[in-house]
Amino acid sequence: MAIEQISRRSFIKTTGTAGLALWLGLSAKGSTRKTTNIATTKNFSPFILVEDNGSITIYNIKPEMGQGTFQSVPAVIAEEFEVSLGQVSIKNTSGEPEFGRGQRAGGSASIRTGYNDYRKIGAAARTVFIAAAANRWKVSPDNCYADNGKVFNNTDKRSFTYGELVEDAAKLDLPKEPKLKDPKDFKIVGKMSHRPDIPLKTCGKAQFGIDVQVPGMVYASVERCPVIGGTLKSFDASEALKMPGVLKVVGAERIVGNYRYTGVAVIANSWWAAMQARKKLQIDWDFKGFDNFSSEDYEEHLRSLASEEGLVDKNIGDITSVSVSPQNTVEALYETPMVAHSPMEPMNAVAHVQGDKLEIWTSTQVPSSVTGNSPNELPKLMGFAPENVQMHNMFVGGGFGRRLYLDYMTEAVNIAKQYDKPVKLIWSREDTTQCGPFRPMTFSKLSGGFSGDGKLVTFTHKVISPSLSESARPNFDKTKVDGSMVEGIGEQDYQVPNLKTSYVRADYHVPLAAWRSVTSSTLAFAHECFIDELAHKAGKDPLDFRMSLLASDSDTARIFRKLSEVSNWDQPVGERRGRGVGQWKFFAGQCAQAVEVTHKPDGTIKIDKVYAVIDLGVAVNPDNVANQTEGAVVMALTAATKPAITFEQGRVMQHNFYDNTMVRINEMPQVEVHILTGEGKIKGVGEPGLPPFAPALANAIFAATGKRIRKMPFELKV
Amino acid sequence: MISLNINQKDYQVDADPDMPLLWAIRDLAGLTGTKFGCGVAQCGACVVHLNGEAVRSCVTKVSRAAGQKIVTIEGLSQNNDHRLQIAWNEANVPQCGYCHSGQIMSAAVLLRENPNPTDEDIDMAMSGNICRCGTYLRIRKAIHLAAEMQRKESSSR
Repeated sequence: MAIEQISRRSFIKTTGTAGLALWLGLSAKGSTRKTTNIATTKNFSPFILVEDNGSITIYNIKPEMGQGTFQSVPAVIAEEFEVSLGQVSIKNTSGEPEFGRGQRAGGSASIRTGYNDYRKIGAAARTVFIAAAANRWKVSPDNCYADNGKVFNNTDKRSFTYGELVEDAAKLDLPKEPKLKDPKDFKIVGKMSHRPDIPLKTCGKAQFGIDVQVPGMVYASVERCPVIGGTLKSFDASEALKMPGVLKVVGAERIVGNYRYTGVAVIANSWWAAMQARKKLQIDWDFKGFDNFSSEDYEEHLRSLASEEGLVDKNIGDITSVSVSPQNTVEALYETPMVAHSPMEPMNAVAHVQGDKLEIWTSTQVPSSVTGNSPNELPKLMGFAPENVQMHNMFVGGGFGRRLYLDYMTEAVNIAKQYDKPVKLIWSREDTTQCGPFRPMTFSKLSGGFSGDGKLVTFTHKVISPSLSESARPNFDKTKVDGSMVEGIGEQDYQVPNLKTSYVRADYHVPLAAWRSVTSSTLAFAHECFIDELAHKAGKDPLDFRMSLLASDSDTARIFRKLSEVSNWDQPVGERRGRGVGQWKFFAGQCAQAVEVTHKPDGTIKIDKVYAVIDLGVAVNPDNVANQTEGAVVMALTAATKPAITFEQGRVMQHNFYDNTMVRINEMPQVEVHILTGEGKIKGVGEPGLPPFAPALANAIFAATGKRIRKMPFELKV
Repeated sequence: MISLNINQKDYQVDADPDMPLLWAIRDLAGLTGTKFGCGVAQCGACVVHLNGEAVRSCVTKVSRAAGQKIVTIEGLSQNNDHRLQIAWNEANVPQCGYCHSGQIMSAAVLLRENPNPTDEDIDMAMSGNICRCGTYLRIRKAIHLAAEMQRKESSSR
């Protein structure tokens, strides 16, 4: 059987098990399963491997891109399995079908959606090892307990290691609903612990995609049309081919969402040689009229679309039923730009095509899509049978949504199809900055109306933007609201009797992408700044005003109470200083922030302090949650105050870190992170820290200076 | 052939003299701890020590480094136990980790030149190194931690 063959091959390769081994994991239906020796079953994700020599391996199916899954996923399994992280090997999976379709990291979902399953896997495994030991001792399992990879007999403290019990445990059924530990007995989860990937990252040993070295490997660099949307007419490689080290020049197609672009790839014996030769290419492009495009014109276009009715998303009450006098109405238009993800590791992949087989090494957020079976996943996109694709996922040098996309792999594979050796494609920093896909710009038209007695009675938020789904997915239905473009705006806890959200879609020709916290990264700015405008209109303190719109048992009220306490909100901030607040509730989770700024005599704004309260339900590693939230603030600060991606004559005007600038250490504000756990559902970590920051900062600047900011990016100067 | 001395080991590399040292280190010597980030001395991911000074290997010609003493992150300590490496682990600094070879190599020169850096000194010395994950607070903290270790070591001597 074909599947069995592949399983056998990849498993032997990844683990090299010698004696008897027991796999324990989860079926696609969510119930626990196990199999001895080799996993040969479809739809079974083997998370734990216990071998009779005593070694224990936990497989992490969520790519590590800095968010900490290399620790957090195994930690939850280890907690219930009663092993310490120090005694297990952790291995990242690489899209092997045996590990299921969940090999993807995005949406802050790794713990949020997997926590209960990981616990169940660990607990079920613990249960069979305890039962196996109890059988040997002929005692009740209730008289045994597991600790540190061993089962102990409660009466006489005899013990067996898990390895010694493999053969017996293999004969027992895994319980479908195992008894979970009481969280108060947790030894790992919720405790600060050092991430096991960090030592690898302080000595240069961590292998990222760009670090892969395959024997015989050659290098490639691609010249692409400077005007996005243009096509390749012809090229002359004669000068390039004369350059030292150059092996071949080929056309190479790249597929990004619904877009296909063809560039010209130079293959050489070093990447530097390929880059030098790339400059010698003579290429004739057809710009297809896109060289008339400018982002300034496009902004004007979005402004004009703001008067359109749009498609209704959410409609609560009846916005037309109340008449609000013009003097009790507030309206505003907010504008946000495109930005690039700019991970520190430029896009790259090593591809080796041999006949109908593809082997690929890369860093991606979506290993499952590199080996998957769907039409928009790599094998079918590139014409390979999924079982003929073998991938190796490496540490990811920054994802932020950029590595949810397969485009750089499609380009590498297309080059490798035209050369008989493994090809390492590396994008330059300029390529990584300019080629997209980008976070879409969103404009927001908002209005709010107060009744005669000062109550907020109407609220509308209309988003005007190109569509992420239209860019990424085939057969997008333009008659429906693209839910990803109105993300969160109808889900806030604020209670307004008449609320309407709507969407005006704008045509676009530039590939778009989810960017850390997706559209919440722009819509929260508009929404939460506008709430501040309403508070100002109502003559109320911004936090008091928000609290007045909230049920006291809502998540947002609970988070705000904590934020108020930790930020000393009721204390005055002093002369020339201001304090602003922002929060956001969306699919990934929820965080609220307060920002304190000083308006200096020279007009510059100094960010003195950021207080963040993130609501989680559970924090596997609280220190890592703090690190993620600190980082989200930095990324949000860059997006709010540093140059965006802009176009002139169809070309991206930013190139490298000198004009696509990032916040640096000397601009880093103090950030104090507080975590709320123990209440409510499990929420995500990686993204929620981002959306609240820009509005909290802009609101603080308003408080300090009286200047309302309605457009990103903005200067830290008033 | 150009001879390079990297981490006290000699390498003979077949490189164009204009090739940036970065690519000779990574692709010819096979030491991939030193990272490519921007290629134009803007991000610091490629920082190595050339005769003890921090240089951007992405804009340093390999010919300039020939016969000189080059130290990369792999050669900073024998066992990942340079006080900065210890501090980086203690403060859980990295997220994705890609920029941190360069961060640590820049910090090592700072600490040698200035055993008691203030936050401002750290900001000044480290502002050439970008961390897109935003671990700057922890970089500051780890450098202070390492400086403290250094002070304790010298006072106990």
